[in-house]
Amino acid sequence: MNAQSNAMPEAFQARGVVPASIPATQSFLWSVRRELWEYRSIYLAPLSVAAVALLAFSVSVIAGISEHQLRLDPSRPQRPFDLAAGLMMLTGILVSVFYCVDALHGERRDRSILFWKSMPVSDATAVLAKASIPLVVVPALIFVITIAMQCMMLLVSSAVVLVSGESVTTLWKSLPLARMWWLLLYHIVTAHALWPFPIYCWLLLVSGWAPRATFLWAALPVVTIAGIEGIIFRTAGFAGLIGRRLFGDAPAMSMAPDSMGLDPLTTHVTVGRLLSSPGLWIGFAMAALFLAAAVRFRRYRAPI
Amino acid sequence: MACIEARHLRKAFGSTLALDDIDLRVEEGRILGLLGPNGAGKTTALNAVLGLVPYEGELRVLGRNPWTEREQLMRDVSFIADVAVLPRWIRVSQVLDYVAGVHPRFDRGKAEGFLAKTNIRTTSKVRELSKGMVTQLHLAMVMAIDARLLVLDEPTLGLDILFRKQFYDSLLNDYFDSTRTIVIATHLVDEIQHVLTDVMFIDRGHIVFNSTMEDFESRYLEVIVNPERLTAARAFHPMHERQVIGRSVLLFDRADREQLSALGEIRTPSIADLFVAVMSNQTGAQGAAK
Repeated sequence: MNAQSNAMPEAFQARGVVPASIPATQSFLWSVRRELWEYRSIYLAPLSVAAVALLAFSVSVIAGISEHQLRLDPSRPQRPFDLAAGLMMLTGILVSVFYCVDALHGERRDRSILFWKSMPVSDATAVLAKASIPLVVVPALIFVITIAMQCMMLLVSSAVVLVSGESVTTLWKSLPLARMWWLLLYHIVTAHALWPFPIYCWLLLVSGWAPRATFLWAALPVVTIAGIEGIIFRTAGFAGLIGRRLFGDAPAMSMAPDSMGLDPLTTHVTVGRLLSSPGLWIGFAMAALFLAAAVRFRRYRAPI
Repeated sequence: MACIEARHLRKAFGSTLALDDIDLRVEEGRILGLLGPNGAGKTTALNAVLGLVPYEGELRVLGRNPWTEREQLMRDVSFIADVAVLPRWIRVSQVLDYVAGVHPRFDRGKAEGFLAKTNIRTTSKVRELSKGMVTQLHLAMVMAIDARLLVLDEPTLGLDILFRKQFYDSLLNDYFDSTRTIVIATHLVDEIQHVLTDVMFIDRGHIVFNSTMEDFESRYLEVIVNPERLTAARAFHPMHERQVIGRSVLLFDRADREQLSALGEIRTPSIADLFVAVMSNQTGAQGAAK
């Protein structure tokens, strides 16, 4: 019986002239691309925030030309650059949260899941493609757009410093660009991709399960647990834990405030501390669990 | 070789049995019409075949288990589940790109050829297209996939008669051949009667009628009888009787054509007539049993 049923698909496939399969990576990449088509805010939101930040910065420093002292101090110019980068990371968190809440819900709501499921793409591929948005795509976009934004900021700053007759060389020397960008990359990968990943997977899971009001269902357990904890123990440990996860308080991030100027690889980038942190691995385990459940829900749940 | 083979197929939603121990076999190269009242289990049966819902019992589609092997099965099976399942935000060019990217049996040139015959522009978004154009788009995609089985669940619901006619014409002329199988579930049965090779009625999770069209045409006949000959005609045990402007139309199963022709005008019933007869007998039988 078994041998017979196994032989049947081959008999059917032998008649096909075209190759019978497409590499898994290709299906995956097309699935990711399809997410970017649907959720254009993934790149439009960071681009517009970067544009607004750049505009605000430009207006501010240009207005400073007519004042008796420049608002931009060429010897200590890094603060607005860091602020703008922080704003970009906050945007990344918002984009990822709103994306994940809708990613598996939207396709059930508009019944297009029936179209996606008519394609030879597995539920696991579809869910992993969706999970790669907060894990890879958004962090990568935030990194690249932030660098582009900071380059433009530097150009504007240089022009302003030049017009005011101050030293452009001082400005460029005071901005440790390579180190800033290296740290930015490290910070984004650890604090905004790896560390909050279980939260995003949880949101995907709820998105694949909830009949409606996904955000409410996602937040409800957190609020309930935090509430019970607050009433019984009068502490806020759980809420703090979730908040620190989401906003990227990874163990590798604690750095001495005066460590500037030292080698960033040894002072800021504590890879060992991150990798040896049980929190990271517990997070990954939970993320895997949530994703497995999300795949299962995508398989079982009917369109809404 | 059987394209779809089911044994003891069963599916319950809560306490409702959507499919109650169905045995089913659809051979390759057939065009099967699946008919039934609303909630009869048509969509559930098709969803089981497409690997969209879990089920009990044994089901093989092109030799595969659809629930555990949906991904592989979808290389050889296409379906249009509904008139409006193409995502509204997508562009026509993106549909082409995506399907070409993930489907090994998709012929992009063919799809573009079909689309060129319509008013659909590749730069349009689905939300900008009319309902008929969305169906044309979906059909163009599906016809450009070299599949072995095509499943259509109410593919033309809500479309005007021109689109519906065009839909089935292109399906027959540009797509169907003896190696493909098509299963169509629809309420608009009269329009597809000439297309079908097989017909099946489902009611309350059971298959209540199953026949090839050749059998159907030789087996069933309708006699239009004037009132004075009604008693004589009734002696042949019609399975159903209805009134049409003062005369009676009696539907017979395997009756003597020659004897009946003496009683009135004989014609082949439409599937819709037989459907009404079978369904009202079902209700009658069930009502009598209670």
